[in-house]
Amino acid sequence: MGEIRLMKGNEALAEAMIRAGCDAYFGYPITPQSEVIEYLSREAPKKSKMVVLQAESELGAINMIYGAAGCGKRVMTTSSSPGISLMQEGLSYIASAQLPCLVANINRGGPGLGTIQPSQSDYMQAVKGGGHGDYHLIVLAPYSVQEMVDFVKIGFELAEKYRNPVMILADGAIGQMMEKVELFDFIERNQEAPEWATVGRRPGKDRVFITSLFIQPEKMEEVNKILQAKYREVEKKEVRYQQLNIEDAEYLLTGYGLGARICMKAMEIGREKGYKIGLIRPITLYPFPYNVYNELAPKIKGILDVEMNAGQMLEDVKLAVDGKTTVKFYGRMGGMIPTPEEIIESFENHFIYGGKNV
Amino acid sequence: MSEIPTIEINKETIIKPENLVYKPPKTLFDTPMHYCPGCGHSTVHKIFMEVVEEMGIENDIIGVAPVGCSVFAYYYMNVDMQEAAHGRACAVATGIKRVLPDKFVFTYQGDGDFAAIGTAESIHAANRGENFLVIFINNAVYGMTSGQMAPTTLYDMVSTTTPYGRDPKIHGHPFKITDLIAQLPGAVYVTRQSVHTTANVRKAKKALRKALEIQKLNLGFQLVEIVSNCPSNWRMTPLESLKFIEEQMLPFYPLGDLKVPEGI
Ligand SMILES: Cc1ncc(C[n+]2csc(CCOP(=O)(O)OP(=O)(O)O)c2C)c(N)n1
Repeated sequence: MGEIRLMKGNEALAEAMIRAGCDAYFGYPITPQSEVIEYLSREAPKKSKMVVLQAESELGAINMIYGAAGCGKRVMTTSSSPGISLMQEGLSYIASAQLPCLVANINRGGPGLGTIQPSQSDYMQAVKGGGHGDYHLIVLAPYSVQEMVDFVKIGFELAEKYRNPVMILADGAIGQMMEKVELFDFIERNQEAPEWATVGRRPGKDRVFITSLFIQPEKMEEVNKILQAKYREVEKKEVRYQQLNIEDAEYLLTGYGLGARICMKAMEIGREKGYKIGLIRPITLYPFPYNVYNELAPKIKGILDVEMNAGQMLEDVKLAVDGKTTVKFYGRMGGMIPTPEEIIESFENHFIYGGKNV
Repeated sequence: MSEIPTIEINKETIIKPENLVYKPPKTLFDTPMHYCPGCGHSTVHKIFMEVVEEMGIENDIIGVAPVGCSVFAYYYMNVDMQEAAHGRACAVATGIKRVLPDKFVFTYQGDGDFAAIGTAESIHAANRGENFLVIFINNAVYGMTSGQMAPTTLYDMVSTTTPYGRDPKIHGHPFKITDLIAQLPGAVYVTRQSVHTTANVRKAKKALRKALEIQKLNLGFQLVEIVSNCPSNWRMTPLESLKFIEEQMLPFYPLGDLKVPEGI
């Protein structure tokens, strides 16, 4: 058993970073995740040698990440929606140069400066690329404070295994709420830099350079093929999801992160009313668990996708079921959180009353 | 009339060891550079790599190339390097130096990279006193994208986006970022040099050496601006462009140290 604490999501994330042996954190304050840099500034010097630096902007932060990741270090930044938008150029460069790093987006409502309330409106940006060019982040969606902790460890491991940026896509509620968590023990890491890292020329070896510039299209296409091959492997090996009450399910609720958590309550209410509802919660949003939906779809009368946005994951759910069942949507936007009752009402309108009251 | 003796001249007779008075540093790859004839970038690459070799730090230095004409600096400089996004070299260098404080770190940036799109990163790295060197090439124009106005373009100077000359009422004023950075306590060595004459090349080389010596002492941010040329985009011959530096650039961007740490 690891140490048990009652912690706020953002602080648990920060503590996990220290325990995971993160070498450097660069970030810029933004609500609802400023506790991360505050916690690290306070706690990291007591427990580790981690570099913690408040950058001049998210542009600065993500490019500091690029530099430090290029030295083979374990590095992380966190931000929330507007700040993550500023990081998109840098993430594209990091993906192209194949550098490992971990980024957390504690999603708040938008568009624009938006609101500081929780939202899931950055799904598309996180999952489909976000910046320019054909690339993917590996995206993990925690639904509890515990997963904020666990996904830091898993996130670094995935980033380093695939030399690819990984994003923890949470929301303001997961970041702000307090729950009991079990913390993993401090991890001792091999400090030897990988051979692709710029740490100064190694005697007897060629120097190394890190770039995302491949001016000949033939070469650029080669690099793209390497990236795509990596993404196919990730899609094959790294899909994570949770399913509940699937055995007898006639209907499914689906959602991720906080949305899924609320759906769990809605499912209970629905079951009490006699509806045979199951639930799928994608944990990796990229790679998305397409097959899980696809295999269940023929047995299912309908799926209600619930998100705190206008229906972004909805497109992936529809792609996944490939017309084999009906997919409907319920969402709240702009920082509003749906209640379980609202969800069940929407479910009944769509699937029990034949959509008459929708 | 007496016969003129024919002397066989070939590579071997010229490069006899006893005739060898000069050779490029090993820290430069033996490869043709893509720079235009007469461009100052290649000179600066060479003298900086000479400094690195002379100090014997080629295994202890990491460079950051910018976006600009020198985007391929890593194909010429035989040291570990990273290629940064346009303007972000100082942030990338901050990331490198913070995790590898015992290594020498430098960026190599044009005026658009350092003083327009990257201004925030540049000034804040300087103000934090990040202990790395910026080699800042001021050629008063965007070379790579073929001749648009740079922040350092002189008054009345013609570029493709100031075809009637730079008018401060429309385009703003030429930006002396080096003077501005000299005001910041985190910047400890700030100097403006040029490579348009042999004497200036030597001085510039000394300045680069001094900067790395200061970095070794862990004193703070080092900025070496090098006033340079862009014959292609200035629409001049190389010789005319050197004259332009002397007559037009240097009166506005005077050479010399703006700030030197005490006792150095
Ligand atoms: C984000 C972004 N904006 C614009 C460009 C296009 N661009 C490439 S180099 C450059 C200007 C470079 O000028 P400078 O820094 O003065 O260097 P020089 O080429 O003169 O050496 C621009 C605008 C880019 N690559 N990335």
